[in-house]
Amino acid sequence: MADTDPSQMKPRGRLYRIWDSDVAYSFRTSPVALVAGLVSLIIIFAAVFAPWLAPYNPYDPSQLNLMDGFTPPGELNQISGNVYWLGSDNLVRDVFSTILYGARISLFVGFMAVLFAMVLGITLGLIAGWRGGWVDSLLMRVADVQLSFPAILIALLIFGIARGFIPPAYRETMAIWVLIVAIGLSEWVNYARVVRGATMVEKNKEYIQAARVIGVHPARIMARHILPNVMGPVLVIATIGLALAIIAEATLSFLGVGVPPTQPSLGTLIRIGQQYLFSGEWWILLFPSLTLLALALSVNLLGDWLRDALNPRLR
Amino acid sequence: MLAFIIRRIAQSLLVMLVVAAVSFSLFRFVGDPISSMVGQEATMADREALREALGLNDPFLVQFARFVGNALQGNFGISYRLQQPVMELILSRLPATLELALISGIAAFAFGVTLGVYTALNRRGWISSGIMTVSLIGVSLPTFLIGVLLIWVFAVELQWLPSFGRGEVVGIGDWWRTGLLTESGRRSIILPAITLGLYQMTLIMRLVRAEMLEVLRTDYIKFARARGLSNRAVHFGHALKNTLVPVITITGLQLGSIIAFSIITETVFQWPGVGALFIRSVQFVDVPVMAAYLMMIALIFVVINLIVDLLYYAVDPRLRVERGSARH
Amino acid sequence: MAEPLLSVRDLVVEFPTRRGTLRAIDRVSFDLKEGEVLGMVGESGAGKSITGAAIIGLIEPPGRIAGGEVRLRGERIDNLPPDRMRRVRGRRIGKVFQDPLTSLNPLYTVARQLTETIRTHLDVNEKEARRRAIALLDRVGIPAAARRIDDYPHHFSGGMRQRVVIALALCAEPELVIADEPTTALDVSVQAQIIDVLKEICAERGAAVMLITHDMGVIAETADRVAVLYAGRLAEIGPVRDVIKEAEHPYTAGLMGSIPTLTQTSDRLVQIPGSMPRLNAIPTGCAFNPRCTKVFDRCRVERPDPIDRGSGRQVACWLYDRAEARHD
Repeated sequence: MADTDPSQMKPRGRLYRIWDSDVAYSFRTSPVALVAGLVSLIIIFAAVFAPWLAPYNPYDPSQLNLMDGFTPPGELNQISGNVYWLGSDNLVRDVFSTILYGARISLFVGFMAVLFAMVLGITLGLIAGWRGGWVDSLLMRVADVQLSFPAILIALLIFGIARGFIPPAYRETMAIWVLIVAIGLSEWVNYARVVRGATMVEKNKEYIQAARVIGVHPARIMARHILPNVMGPVLVIATIGLALAIIAEATLSFLGVGVPPTQPSLGTLIRIGQQYLFSGEWWILLFPSLTLLALALSVNLLGDWLRDALNPRLR
Repeated sequence: MLAFIIRRIAQSLLVMLVVAAVSFSLFRFVGDPISSMVGQEATMADREALREALGLNDPFLVQFARFVGNALQGNFGISYRLQQPVMELILSRLPATLELALISGIAAFAFGVTLGVYTALNRRGWISSGIMTVSLIGVSLPTFLIGVLLIWVFAVELQWLPSFGRGEVVGIGDWWRTGLLTESGRRSIILPAITLGLYQMTLIMRLVRAEMLEVLRTDYIKFARARGLSNRAVHFGHALKNTLVPVITITGLQLGSIIAFSIITETVFQWPGVGALFIRSVQFVDVPVMAAYLMMIALIFVVINLIVDLLYYAVDPRLRVERGSARH
Repeated sequence: MAEPLLSVRDLVVEFPTRRGTLRAIDRVSFDLKEGEVLGMVGESGAGKSITGAAIIGLIEPPGRIAGGEVRLRGERIDNLPPDRMRRVRGRRIGKVFQDPLTSLNPLYTVARQLTETIRTHLDVNEKEARRRAIALLDRVGIPAAARRIDDYPHHFSGGMRQRVVIALALCAEPELVIADEPTTALDVSVQAQIIDVLKEICAERGAAVMLITHDMGVIAETADRVAVLYAGRLAEIGPVRDVIKEAEHPYTAGLMGSIPTLTQTSDRLVQIPGSMPRLNAIPTGCAFNPRCTKVFDRCRVERPDPIDRGSGRQVACWLYDRAEARHD
């Protein structure tokens, strides 16, 4: 009971308060959140440090031994004497290395798309909530219409349109950025709605009115008073959005409209693996699939847990 | 009631007009329609003549009106890639997509509602926890991965079910060719239907569970319990109906998503539907097909929305009053 | 003396939380005679509503009854199996909820909710149930009951809905009605009417009433006896007239002093300094000691149990302990 007394909490400092907060407590005591957090961290770490961790560089043709194609996992290749932990694929690439590099691209696209969607969504949400009127009606109508279509369809359309505008020569090199914009544009609505709602509520509170009266710049009011109120929900949306973006990227790449095959992401690897399923080279498919599943699942679980932790009523 | 329907239809028409504008802009500004139609050897004069003949030099609004007029007659031009009328292409593939969407939609709804209600009522049981965990895997598993894994297990390893195509199809009427009437057709639809429906089922299940838990916390449920009504009456009489009102809306919209998501499933299973056609058109920047597909999906969404709204209206007595009086 | 209708002995209700277990109700005992109206007052969080919920067996998990017993006509009902407890609810103990706007299921007509409850507990056919429902609605003051019974809850005003709620609580002829702040959510103008209806109809049917409220005015006009709760403990209980005229517990005295009256001579209302402790910070000894004007050493170490003061009065305060009296 003593720790409910605020005077006793001060000397323990800020770190202790974070550790002792309800969210941190819920994290410490939730095995699901702990495992999901650990798995996400491992994959992110492995992806970021792929150039140092991967035994081979799949982009470097000089490292490839042409005799080593389709070596099953863990088996000694009779000709070259090489062993590939997770096997090698049709292009003689080490599957483990391609997964590390693939996850790197998947995560890069995922994070960038979330960032793009978040910045766009928060900005538009603030504008809609603050200005109200026709700006608000227009933005929310667009959001309604977009929300009634699946994100993947929107992303596909934007991708298709963008390809139409980009000269064929640049399509390959621009693909990754087109993908980021397409996925980001398909996900901004959720942020905008939450931020708009909070802005409209806060805008009419007296302390905001007071700040406006004494001439504080609206941008400052939004940054200091309104944004902190929505950080919780935005964080939840962003976490779940990261899982969605990773899945969207994988899906588009699997459909053959995502990243170019020269820079394979997890989705591209699965697309390649599927072609060798019937001839028995299952490892080319299985390991990238498991990685994608582990990544999407753990990020999703984290988002799910975070939503519950920030909204105790649902527990 | 009539005013409500008329207003909803007017809104739907507006949405369709906006989508038509997007489609038309796509048509008009993405790539150059002329270079897509003529060969490399065509002269500038040839191109200009074609441009004039197609009316591409007319004012924007005139062109848009012509586009809408043509669209109303089902004329979306010729596919750049396949050199066939777009409408013909779409109509010949639509039955495959609709059959797939309908089967998986019904299954997803039936299983989703059942499991959602079960997990909400037995919130703390270990079976519920198991179902919820598996459902999270279901949400996290990308549709294409479900399809690929199903093919691997049931088509490659066990060899129980076919891995691609629709099987044998027979015609009903003039242009509807169905796979549901043949043994091989029915076998062929199982894996794609599971692939397409699994994600929707998890969504419906989680939605039903969340709504039901919300409803179970309301005062009228507590009051119903305090009146000594049986659990059965409280859960299935009072809670379920209130749960299903919002679920109907979202599920209806899911049906539209199913048709859109069939793009992925059709690609994995080489299912000869409109989704596979659309993916090809995106890859090859086949703008007429993209535009027509967009219009078709929008039409389906708008129609479903309309039906859902009317259904909602029929189920919830509160709306009848509010719409009737408060809005005028 | 005849056996009391309801007897609550040493009731303890606990809510486990991560910071330890909270005692929302701490050894509360009281009786309710047949046909009697017992008022239960206290600030929000004093445990009034939880006492009501505990009696009817509907404490929200993870809260639970951790000790004591509840007897209805001598039979223990706090440990009945769920299905037998269900047949007590509504049939023998009715409950009126606070907010009439949320206590009725919006998707069912009033008729359906009434007949369903009647037929759950009484062996009558649909026609007879409907006849009784109409008679009851008429009795609680719904005009044109025979017609309005087929309306949905949203067709009724707040006051009318609360009449419907009362009818629902009484439709299976319970011996005891627990009314949990039945007028708090209503307009002041209809509060008195609702209380009158509730009191009259219960008197007619010989049903006892446990009236939970924070409004001493309502208690003064309605109740036969009053129980005062403070921080989950019983402070004082006794006949209304006596308690109002001469409150013994310093807390009750403070409560009485805070009611404005027409005959008031002083200019200011008395207020009790400080606020009720949170459940996780109840002081040792008497829970009221930090705010009490007559506090002495013993109050800070030892918790007072209710002391019999004759003529049905009990007060939990060391001022009235015989040992203390001798010191004076």
